[in-house]
Amino acid sequence: MIPMRRRFVLLSIAAVACVAAAPAEAHAFLDHALPAVGSTVHESPRSVRLWFTEPIEPAFSRVSVLDAAGKSVDAGDSHVDSSEPSILAASLPVLAPGTYRVKWRVVSVDTHVTEGDFTFDLKP
Amino acid sequence: MKVTPIRGATLVALCIAAPGIAEAHGFAGKRFFPATLATEDPFVADELSLPTIFHQKSPASGDEPASRETDFSVDMSKRITGNFGIGIGTTYKVIHPDGDDTQHGFDNLEASVKYKFYQNDLHEAIVSAGIDWDIGDTGARRVGAESFSTITPGVFFGKGFGDLPADMKYLRPIAITGQVGVGIPTRSSTTTISDDGDIDVERNPHTLEWGFSIQYSLPYLQSFVEDIGLKAPFNRMIPVVEFAMSTALDRGASGTTGTVNPGIIWAGQDIQLAVEAVIPVNHRSGNSVGVLAQLHFFLDDLFPQTLGRPLIQ
Repeated sequence: MIPMRRRFVLLSIAAVACVAAAPAEAHAFLDHALPAVGSTVHESPRSVRLWFTEPIEPAFSRVSVLDAAGKSVDAGDSHVDSSEPSILAASLPVLAPGTYRVKWRVVSVDTHVTEGDFTFDLKP
Repeated sequence: MKVTPIRGATLVALCIAAPGIAEAHGFAGKRFFPATLATEDPFVADELSLPTIFHQKSPASGDEPASRETDFSVDMSKRITGNFGIGIGTTYKVIHPDGDDTQHGFDNLEASVKYKFYQNDLHEAIVSAGIDWDIGDTGARRVGAESFSTITPGVFFGKGFGDLPADMKYLRPIAITGQVGVGIPTRSSTTTISDDGDIDVERNPHTLEWGFSIQYSLPYLQSFVEDIGLKAPFNRMIPVVEFAMSTALDRGASGTTGTVNPGIIWAGQDIQLAVEAVIPVNHRSGNSVGVLAQLHFFLDDLFPQTLGRPLIQ
């Protein structure tokens, strides 16, 4: 007969091992971006690129860039990088100085939805 | 990446129901609320805490010898619907008094239900209500398990400060969560008879169970406010201070006991690690600082198509 305390520890270890061995696919969090979150840039960026912590679904993931008036200024070609499915990008025209908001909404490959936004400043 | 017809249809269906998906394990809009250790979470989720370990040394006091206590807990919560969940947990206690035999055994089982009735993604707010049931006489008396049940209806809330104006942007990563409830014992007093035949009657008061946490989310700072260049593991850390209190309301009892728990939560993709100091707020709450640590699994991320989704979609 295994003592109760040892049984509890063994069951705990077994449960942790089972959970840890599961094929995990998680929420896609924003890892970093270019232009960087909250940064100030001095040249108009040609694109905005977002790196996520998980691969995302191209059909259901979008990024847009808005000016201070809330008007979309990106080229409308939001897309997931074909060679790196955790990168979301959109092209930008030459931007005027100002504050721009990057809004994104992505679906990770396990169907979890995450969303967010951040700003960057463009100064001459 | 190819989207097969079945997968595409699933994704379309899930995207239509997107708010329900994004709520998994503590989201309100872009705010992620981590699972706290000493206070109840404001959200419902599919999660497993295994184990939560508490350790504390207590100095001798009066007739009581100095002792060391170590608790091992497991808690699991499961969503029945997107907004309604249940939970169950238990604790195995090991109490080692100086100069005496070690006492060990399970504390009473705990069961709970919770319903999230309000969520505002824009303002990063969640409010839930629930009932916790400490099931009497299911644990070992030698480790202090009560012979009676305590039922605690309560309200739980979470609020992120991501809606603060731009000139206060460095305060946006702050969030608070909290709880308030009334502990209702099913027996007003407990009578014990010692080996010497002495009768002791202990009254069981109603209690106000209250607490809150203050969090500063470095992931929120990095992803939504300003990338300050933090690298792993710091970019997933959430410094937190929890306050877990209990105030006696009646039956001759009065006063507040509780702890203040400063610590760090590291929230990964599928698991969360946390460690907190447990500091008694007054002499009645204890005389020494303890340690609380937890390994926590996000079952909705680990098993998104089975164990980690609501039973009723």
